[in-house]
Amino acid sequence: MAEILSLHDAVARYVEDGATVAMEGFTHLIPFAAGHEVIRQGKRDLTLIRMTPDLIYDQLIGAGCARKVIFSWGGNPGVGSLHRLRDAVEKGWPRRIEILEHSHAAMACAFEAGAAGLPMAVLRGYVGSDLPKVNNQIKFIECPFTGERLAAVPSIRPDVSIVHAQKADRAGNVLVEGIIGVQKEAVLAAKHSIVTVEEVVDELAVEPNACVIPGWAISAIAVAERGSLPSYAHGYYDRNNRFYKEWDAIARDRDAFTQWLDDHVYNAGGATQ
Amino acid sequence: MSLDYTSSEMMTVTAARALENGMTCFVGIGLPSEAANLARLTHAPDVVLIYESGTLQTKPEVLPLSIGDGELCESALTTVSVPEMFRYWLQGGHVSVGFLGTAQIDRFANLNTTLIGDYHDPKVRLPGGGGAPEIATNAHEVFITLKHSKRTFVKDVDFVTTLGFGRDGKGRDGVPNIGRGPTRVITDLCVLKPDPETKELTVVSLHPGVTREDVIEATGWEIRFADELESTPEPSTHELEILRELKERTDRKHSGQ
Repeated sequence: MAEILSLHDAVARYVEDGATVAMEGFTHLIPFAAGHEVIRQGKRDLTLIRMTPDLIYDQLIGAGCARKVIFSWGGNPGVGSLHRLRDAVEKGWPRRIEILEHSHAAMACAFEAGAAGLPMAVLRGYVGSDLPKVNNQIKFIECPFTGERLAAVPSIRPDVSIVHAQKADRAGNVLVEGIIGVQKEAVLAAKHSIVTVEEVVDELAVEPNACVIPGWAISAIAVAERGSLPSYAHGYYDRNNRFYKEWDAIARDRDAFTQWLDDHVYNAGGATQ
Repeated sequence: MSLDYTSSEMMTVTAARALENGMTCFVGIGLPSEAANLARLTHAPDVVLIYESGTLQTKPEVLPLSIGDGELCESALTTVSVPEMFRYWLQGGHVSVGFLGTAQIDRFANLNTTLIGDYHDPKVRLPGGGGAPEIATNAHEVFITLKHSKRTFVKDVDFVTTLGFGRDGKGRDGVPNIGRGPTRVITDLCVLKPDPETKELTVVSLHPGVTREDVIEATGWEIRFADELESTPEPSTHELEILRELKERTDRKHSGQ
């Protein structure tokens, strides 16, 4: 049964140093407010899982929260590189991080397998790719029925998953609308989960086939208004594409990044940019 | 009469013409997305565009900056979860063509979007595979579009992120349930297709004003030309007009106006 907590308390309770954390949201509904709270609380040695690290993990990596990053596409969409991710991988600043790379299909399947309680996911993937040579978590198995060679990856079972959604009702039932990514799978695959929402309402008023995550399958709900900016919340506000472009210059330079972090995270008291 | 157009416009229009009405196209972000939407707005109004964010049959008014822009969802027939997208729609065999960009391509059309240099000591770290490794093998065929240069067209890619035809051209031989792979590569200089036997990329058509020497100069291996080398038709006034309007709308939207 989801408890409605402050974002501070939810992160303090469920995100421990050294934890495996998945903050999901496929371009849409990225939980930036929660990511910033993790940075403010100075969490360390996290294994961060996300299909697209995006600016949120660029910020967490640059702030020194990550020990390892598991991902499938690590760019700034439509803009270029994630410079904090690159600086950590190429130069070890602010610390060296380990990376494990997958493809989108494999990670999506691994989240789904985690939600399904299975130890691994099977897919027709990685044929002819060099990725299995550099990621020992990619194996090949033979289908016992047809003999076809298929790829297998371990399921994703985070200690805690954090996602953002449009709204919850007072029992903590959550409605996710628009591009739903792997949010539901991430929540169901994790031991604990935090869902930040734009608002808590009396009635969710959902259509029969809407993407709803029941409150009894979530650990904590926290209200974070505009909590996914500069990503967006379908029906609430648009993606701040201009900021995604501006991030390139901020993240390119260690000093500019550190200054940005001071102004917009450490001294921002929970407000997002 | 010769129209005034850039080599980038020539590339986009030629890439767009590769798509046919009735195709179901899994679209990569950037140049492929520009070409696919130009096709939809000109000769192929019924082409079905699918983006890996789960947006099925989408008709964006402006080009998305990211693969998951709200525009894609709002103009889609329906939006499914990302696991459903990759499992049912792509792996399930419903995609006729995957349209990809890349940072590096080699003579057997293998794609590298992972890194330049050694994996454990990279010179340049690139974003990684994303959807491409499975798009390239599960779609029935693959179109690739990128700018032509010695940096992008290399003899052997540093890292095979995504299979073209493997290091020896035989990477798909005997593999069950695999697509045909890259069937054409569209650049700002020419169109290339894999040789039917060896799978080595071969120039089949030169864009207007481009010489063999231009292509040789911009390719990192001894590039071969088809015996019957064609000349790529110029863009039409209509295509250029639609493309320019699309890009203008897109720029206006993304600059925050």
